[in-house]
Amino acid sequence: MASAAAAGAPPGPAAPKSRKSVTGTRRTVAALFLLPALVLLGALVVYPIGYSVVRSFYNASGDGFAGLDNYKALFTDDGIRTALKNNIIWVVFAPTVSTALGLIFAVLTERVRWGTAFKLVVFMPMAISMLAAGIIFRLVYDQDPDKGVANAVWVGVHDTFAQSSAFPKAHPGRDSPLKADAGGFITSAPVHVGQPVTLPLVGVAPDQMPDGAKKAVAAGAEPGKVTGTTWQDFTRGKGVGKLGSPDPSEPGYAGMRIEAVKDGKVVASAEAAGDGTFTLPASADGALLRLPASNFKEPYNGVDWLGPALVTPAVIGSYVWMWAGFAMVLIAAGLAGVPRELLEAARVDGANEWQVFRRVTVPLLAPVLAVVVVTLMINVLKVFDLVYIIAPGSSQDDANVLALELYRKGFAEGQPGIASAIAVFLLLLVIPVMLFNIRRLRREVRR
Amino acid sequence: MTATAGRIGKVTPTDTAVRARQSWAARITGRLSGGLVRFFLLLVGLFWLVPTIGLLISSLRAPEDMSMSGWWQVFAKPSQLTFDSYQKLLENGDITSSLVNTVLITVPATILVVVIGSLAGYAFAWMEFPGRDWWFLGVVSLLVVPVQVALIPIAELFGKLGLFGTILGVILFHVGFGLPFAVFLLRNFFAEIPRELLEAARLDGAGELRLFTRVVMPLGGPAIASLGIFQFLWVWNDMLVALVFTKSGSQPITVALQTQVRQFGNNIDVLAPGAFISMVIPLAVFFAFQRQFVTGVMAGAVK
Repeated sequence: MASAAAAGAPPGPAAPKSRKSVTGTRRTVAALFLLPALVLLGALVVYPIGYSVVRSFYNASGDGFAGLDNYKALFTDDGIRTALKNNIIWVVFAPTVSTALGLIFAVLTERVRWGTAFKLVVFMPMAISMLAAGIIFRLVYDQDPDKGVANAVWVGVHDTFAQSSAFPKAHPGRDSPLKADAGGFITSAPVHVGQPVTLPLVGVAPDQMPDGAKKAVAAGAEPGKVTGTTWQDFTRGKGVGKLGSPDPSEPGYAGMRIEAVKDGKVVASAEAAGDGTFTLPASADGALLRLPASNFKEPYNGVDWLGPALVTPAVIGSYVWMWAGFAMVLIAAGLAGVPRELLEAARVDGANEWQVFRRVTVPLLAPVLAVVVVTLMINVLKVFDLVYIIAPGSSQDDANVLALELYRKGFAEGQPGIASAIAVFLLLLVIPVMLFNIRRLRREVRR
Repeated sequence: MTATAGRIGKVTPTDTAVRARQSWAARITGRLSGGLVRFFLLLVGLFWLVPTIGLLISSLRAPEDMSMSGWWQVFAKPSQLTFDSYQKLLENGDITSSLVNTVLITVPATILVVVIGSLAGYAFAWMEFPGRDWWFLGVVSLLVVPVQVALIPIAELFGKLGLFGTILGVILFHVGFGLPFAVFLLRNFFAEIPRELLEAARLDGAGELRLFTRVVMPLGGPAIASLGIFQFLWVWNDMLVALVFTKSGSQPITVALQTQVRQFGNNIDVLAPGAFISMVIPLAVFFAFQRQFVTGVMAGAVK
């Protein structure tokens, strides 16, 4: 709004006291110039406002007066309540996050030579449709970490810090010495020093085998140690390979964790080598060997971005992607007007960069920041396309916003009365800004 | 950028003082934090580009490859790149005719807003009639009215007038909602035209219409360009209005693509190239007219 005036009108010399017509216009001429605009505005903007207000007091079919019923629905209808709740989240977070990022970018780009290129990149999403942005982010948020870039990065980071398990589907085969135990597997009989143990499992797909897996080798006996092998006891083809002992074609479970358990307490642990062999100290003598559950967890699959819980923040993220550039450019324009001497003076007085930013730059920019936040708040109230496109059918109810609910009620559910009430509600929310615009302009117009 | 430019411009006494006081240690930490800033901005820039690059590459891969692996695998196998999806898309009659519809809606809606808005803007700026400023304020107050308010009433109105489902209806709607901003922007710009210019033209015997077409419109060039670009992109990128007011024959590209989103994943070979084609014109406008684009978007953001 203030921005609109600042950006739209060129800074000219102060206008003369009154811009009296230079032509001594006849009123009919003026009327002719204005007529097309006023007719269209009247029919397409003013009339609908009046109509919506009236319509909001009538029932669905429009032939019965409904009093305030439609407005009551605003607070009782589940869909609308979710929409209201989400709109509040939107109005609080989307403008502030966009503005905060815009501020940071605007301040930092002043310090690099390629600041203009950076601004171009961040501002570019403003040019494209919300539909295109929606499709772009539908791809980004794809649940499958092999397809969606958000989850690919997330899983990558996660797996760097938390070890992923390697054998999700492994289980004991026929006549196995192992039995299920708390999500993992445990030997039925205690193990002893000098008697090599076999811990065979089956069911790991060949392409899921860890990279370090080598041909399984039967462990030899070692004095004073418990030794053994854990491997995939399965050879393709009937009757090929011997059950219960490693065959040449069978890979070892490289990296499998093994615990020796006595009376429920872990007394020793080891990790299998590439060929599936492992060695435990003598303290494991007489213990049961367990392959703990952590070996068999499903691999970490990332975050369900578009699921019911996260869909609204995810869509807000795509909005920030589109609008942070807007905030950045407006704030950068404001920043260009901040006198450099003030910043330098603060630095000379010993303020560090953070203090200069916090105590000088931000307060000086406060009016611009306020304009950006308010502009974005109005903008956010009308968000429709992004939610409609990004939220999949299964979680669209959870991502609902007023503008979307208006469309649904009005055009899918045959509830134009309630939809009109939502429209009037949206209009009421922007009226303060409307009044602010008029007050500010009245001063400018009356020069 | 501006900071260095400003400083090179005039070296103030404080500047020299600052430089003298900076120890070399301070200068090294300055360098380091400078490197950190560059690294951070580089990362953010990448972050901002990746989604769009993802769409572009996705549109250039076969659907079989897309269902197997992420688009970034293309860096390992550049041979996967193919224009097949685009070729198929351009043979798809629904998509091509919806692209034509987008043009048929956008061009008239832009021209009409510029012409009608200029006429009214000029009248508000330089003509005299009772209540002029109040009328103008009335128009400007409509600037923030959400389009959603008009969907249901206009749908019923168009239904009665036989405009529902027609391209003309969509154009009219966009003109109506484009006008408050157009009048606001142009009136303010026209009001800054020096009075002497208009008086001189008047003395030369120019009538009101001639004054408007020969003096006011040419002088208003920059504002008209900003407005035109803003309105063009607004209409081109619109989905909601077209979703409500068009039928299958009059759909623009946004609506045609929207109908495909429901089977997202199965038809990425339509969605990705379709979305990219719909972005090409706005992006070209953006890169060709950055200045006017920024002015227009900045000024019209309240819409």
